Amino acid sequence: MGGFFSSIFSSLFGTREMRILILGLDGAGKTTILYRLQVGEVVTTIPTIGFNVETVTYKNLKFQVWDLGGQTSIRPYWRCYYSNTDAVIYVVDSCDRDRIGISKSELVAMLEEEELRKAILVVFANKQDMEQAMTPSEMANSLGLPALKDRKWQIFKTSATKGTGLDEAMEWLVETLKSRQ
Amino acid sequence: MLKKFDKKDEESGGGSNPFQHLEKSAVLQEARVFNETPISPRKCAHILTKILYLINQGEHLGTTEATEAFFAMTKLFQSNDPTLRRMCYLTIKEMSCIAEDVIIVTSSLTKDMTGKEDNYRGPAVRALCQITDSTMLQAIERYMKQAIVDKVPSVSSSALVSSLHLLKCSFDVVKRWVNEAQEAASSDNIMVQYHALGLLYHVRRNDRLAVNKMISKFTRHGLKSPFAYCLMIRVASKQLEEDGSRDSPLFDFIESCLRNKHEMVVYEAASAIVNLPGCSAKELAPAVSVLQLFCSSPKAALRYAAVRTLNKVAMKHPSAVTACNLDLENLVTDSNRSIATLAITTLLKTGSESSIDRLMKQISSFMSEISDEFKVVVVQAISALCQKYPRKHAVLMNFLFSMLREEGGFEYKRAIVDCIISIIEENSESKETGLSHLCEFIEDCEFTVLATRILHLLGQEGPKTNNPSKYIRFIYNRVVLEHEEVRAGAVSALAKFGAQNEEMLPSILVLLKRCVMDDDNEVRDRATFYLNVLEQKQKALNAGYILNGLTVSIPGLERALQQYTLEPSEKPFDLKSVPLATTPMAEQRTEGTPVVAVKQPEKVAATRQEIFQEQLAAVPEFRGLGPLFKSSPEPVALTESETEYVIRCTKHTFTDHIVFQFDCTNTLNDQTLENVTVQMEPTEAYEVLCYVPARSLPYNQPGTCYTLVALPKEDPIAVACTFSCMMKFTVKDCDPTTGEADDEGYEDEYVLEDLEVTVADHIQKVMKLNFEAAWDEVGDEFEKEETFTLSTIKTLEEAVGNIVKFLGMHPCERSDKVPDNKNTHTLLLAGVFRGGYDILVRSRLLLLDTVTMQVTARSSEELPVDIILASVG
Repeated sequence: MGGFFSSIFSSLFGTREMRILILGLDGAGKTTILYRLQVGEVVTTIPTIGFNVETVTYKNLKFQVWDLGGQTSIRPYWRCYYSNTDAVIYVVDSCDRDRIGISKSELVAMLEEEELRKAILVVFANKQDMEQAMTPSEMANSLGLPALKDRKWQIFKTSATKGTGLDEAMEWLVETLKSRQ
Repeated sequence: MLKKFDKKDEESGGGSNPFQHLEKSAVLQEARVFNETPISPRKCAHILTKILYLINQGEHLGTTEATEAFFAMTKLFQSNDPTLRRMCYLTIKEMSCIAEDVIIVTSSLTKDMTGKEDNYRGPAVRALCQITDSTMLQAIERYMKQAIVDKVPSVSSSALVSSLHLLKCSFDVVKRWVNEAQEAASSDNIMVQYHALGLLYHVRRNDRLAVNKMISKFTRHGLKSPFAYCLMIRVASKQLEEDGSRDSPLFDFIESCLRNKHEMVVYEAASAIVNLPGCSAKELAPAVSVLQLFCSSPKAALRYAAVRTLNKVAMKHPSAVTACNLDLENLVTDSNRSIATLAITTLLKTGSESSIDRLMKQISSFMSEISDEFKVVVVQAISALCQKYPRKHAVLMNFLFSMLREEGGFEYKRAIVDCIISIIEENSESKETGLSHLCEFIEDCEFTVLATRILHLLGQEGPKTNNPSKYIRFIYNRVVLEHEEVRAGAVSALAKFGAQNEEMLPSILVLLKRCVMDDDNEVRDRATFYLNVLEQKQKALNAGYILNGLTVSIPGLERALQQYTLEPSEKPFDLKSVPLATTPMAEQRTEGTPVVAVKQPEKVAATRQEIFQEQLAAVPEFRGLGPLFKSSPEPVALTESETEYVIRCTKHTFTDHIVFQFDCTNTLNDQTLENVTVQMEPTEAYEVLCYVPARSLPYNQPGTCYTLVALPKEDPIAVACTFSCMMKFTVKDCDPTTGEADDEGYEDEYVLEDLEVTVADHIQKVMKLNFEAAWDEVGDEFEKEETFTLSTIKTLEEAVGNIVKFLGMHPCERSDKVPDNKNTHTLLLAGVFRGGYDILVRSRLLLLDTVTMQVTARSSEELPVDIILASVG
């Protein structure tokens, strides 16, 4: 029976699983977001050396989500995983004002890649539960998002540990992906 | 040989191997499929198999292409297909050293290793440890500790074995895991226990006390795993070997294992006991008797193991194995040919002379059915027999020649040729038959090494036989029929006949003239050279350039010549300035191993002196000493082995000087020594010129200091001398853990044992293949002769041994072997005296009640002769 239903839904979306990358600097909360999306719980994480890949089901839709490590030494390998990507979730630590500049340059460099030309961009202003968190508009300006052309993008304030904001963001993402089919 | 390979290819080929004609670039192209979504696990697993196949066939993958394939492979982690995932683990392990940035899979592997799927966990641990270097190890340390004590045996074993591999590069990190390993060692699973003990042992292997403790602890409580028992037996026997004593609980433990319920353990214990060096008959008996029991086991593997071990025991202790003769007789007809061969060869060692004929007949009945490896065993047994029963050589020789005629690989043929040559050397009666059979062999010999070796032997021994001319045809046939290496060897052999036999000289000259037209440079050069030397008809030239070759070290000559061409001078090149080749010790075959391939220490020895020369040249004080003439072969210990400081001395002789090199080790961990010198007081007219100190000698880090002395000029004959030695140094106390030394130190001294310089230190051994020719070449201008009585020596062997050792010269023409039942003997010795003068000694020995010795010495200078006679007197 399950197989019957899923085949109906997959036909809505084409047969392909959606491929999503979660990127961002180290300590932004990428792995926590991945497992929050997958199992709905907060798991203890250690710095990701390499990547984690999981299949996430959201509203009966399947996503293949790649969480790539954000340490300086690992960022050069991001590009190995760009091809066939439908959307990029870019996670930024809202409290890390010192490195917002680095975050911006990594984002800009990434968006220049030909392989990601058609990818949708969702920025997560993460760790909104903390005091001194930047507001989404403040962050959007710091990252230079308004200047982006030919790119479907949106920014959401999230807290992976509290679980807030993720639903809205995923909702938007699903709708945007569907409308593009 | 080639034919054989072809055959194999045909058998293994036949289209049954689907991977046979893989093309690297095509496979790597296919690997791009990994980047597509969705992936097909079956297809991808197949491609991974192809990649692994290529790597294992020795195909070289460039770093870039390997890295590209590796990163494509990482995409496969999105699939949860178990087969595909395990193929990924294999690929990661294989490519970990070829591709770059393999740490990219660290997180994924860590997740698999801690995940719920038990099938993934063990392999993930192994793959993870393979890609982790010492800098990354700390990051996964916590997971490794957990995995070691995991309740799933495969995970625990994987973690333990991987830790063992990591030990090589990250000893200090793995050392911290002993508590976990300790816990795993009490596991109920036999493999986990074995692996845990293995890790514990390797962590502690440098600490004898800890190893002993570990053995006694685990053996007291008993072990579940037979593998663990086997390991403990091996560790215990290694400890025993180092101790040298048998009177220890370790030996009792091994012996108790002879009564273990597992056959594996019993065999391991028996094998350990028989392999202990210097084992007595009483200790051997229980081990031999369990092996005897195994001989009648229904399991072929046990019979094989038992008879193979007994075969080894029979080499050293034939009498201990005699008790098993009956059981071994039963195995002679065993359907397993390997077992039968080993049984026969064992019986050949233990049986009496009368049984040889019967056994040889038996073995020749199935010689064609056994593999080369076992044929070599048979040859070794025959070679041992020849030494034991020289009278049987005719039977054995015939057998060897029939084996030589049959098909066989290089190792096998070489063993036969070695054996025949050793029989010829031992037994002069067999020389003529032996040589003619070897001649026949080289008529159709596919192995260049063997052909040249036999040609060399013919050149050496042939001219001395009654009818030398009959060998010429065989040798000249080689010149006509063979390829260049063999032709060159044949030309040299011909020249040796010409140099020693005047009747044959004209015909030899004709043959050599034909060789001058050869296609190959080497052959042509040799022929031209020999022809010119022979045409001079001077014995001295023949001796120097044909019969006895160059005695200098070849790498040394190459270097000296290069140096000479770099700094052109008016003076002609002086061959005396080239260091001599240190003669290999190949002559000293131990009795237990008759024809086992003799290793060639020549090259190693030559490089050893090279290394010294380089080291000494780097010390400014030693510039201008000239070339290094000789370094003493073995360092002399000037301290007991377990004292505070360990000092060993190597003597380096130059033309007019000696450099003493002191290798010092400080074994006190709370001291650092500085400015270390060894002060020397000579008894004779030697003069100490300078000391080169070792600046600093921290705990356990060897250092070197030197003392330079000048040889006596006033009284050049007094070369033997004793030096009293005293080590002087500054002590600084230091912290044993950090090694940090105090600023202030104090002077101290340490008395060392006396050091002897003997006449042997002034003479380098040189091999003269033809002593008589060399003797004539040197001439009698500086000949001296004297007669001595050796009152304390009772046998000729003893006398020969002592003279050789005392003079440090090379015994020629096997004159160091004294034939049985004779009371006279002539010992021929050759050497080069410091400064490059040939020195030859002929020593005639007569045994009545004591040994009387007449020494005749010849040299191209007077001094060496005087020194030899003065030192003997």
